Amino acid sequence: MLIGKVVGSVVATRKDEKLENRKLLVVQVHDQQNKPKDQYVVAVDSVGAGNEDMVLYATGSSARQTTMTENRPCDAVIMAIVDSWDLGGANVYEKWS
Amino acid sequence: MYLARVIGRVVATTKYPGLEGVPLQWIQPLDEHGAAMGDALVACAVVSTGPGDLVHFVDGREAAMACPETFVPVDAAILGYVEQAYANGVFIGRESAGATR
Repeated sequence: MLIGKVVGSVVATRKDEKLENRKLLVVQVHDQQNKPKDQYVVAVDSVGAGNEDMVLYATGSSARQTTMTENRPCDAVIMAIVDSWDLGGANVYEKWS
Repeated sequence: MYLARVIGRVVATTKYPGLEGVPLQWIQPLDEHGAAMGDALVACAVVSTGPGDLVHFVDGREAAMACPETFVPVDAAILGYVEQAYANGVFIGRESAGATR
């Protein structure tokens, strides 16, 4: 899984019918030092993430392992909302600070 | 499966149902010399490991099979704690590997 920040949402009226009623979010990938990368993914949300949230997303066939995305054309799914993380004991990100 | 070094811990209260109680950790994949290879990622720690540990992990769809609940969106899982690895005449051990933390 990789960590990213929700920076926007996607509105698509015409899409594959299997993706109807699925929330699509734009996620900007961050590295372990919380530095934003110039890399974005559109992911289906399975946990109720919102704008500016730091989230974990799974890619590839693992992304179809949710009730929301099972047997659907999806290769990225948000599967956790990150509260904090540390590297070697030093806090890098804290949601509630 | 790949070798990796555990470099950090991730706390997430809101997770996909079935992942409760499964720790999430930052890992840095390693090459055959024990040097960092590619970008760090977050993996589910199915076995008990902590920062600094040498581990091996699986990525892709198979990672979910290692979790207590297998129908979960997980694409990387730490499978085991590595005491020592040996490749091309070089030992990659807990102390000897020069991975960045």
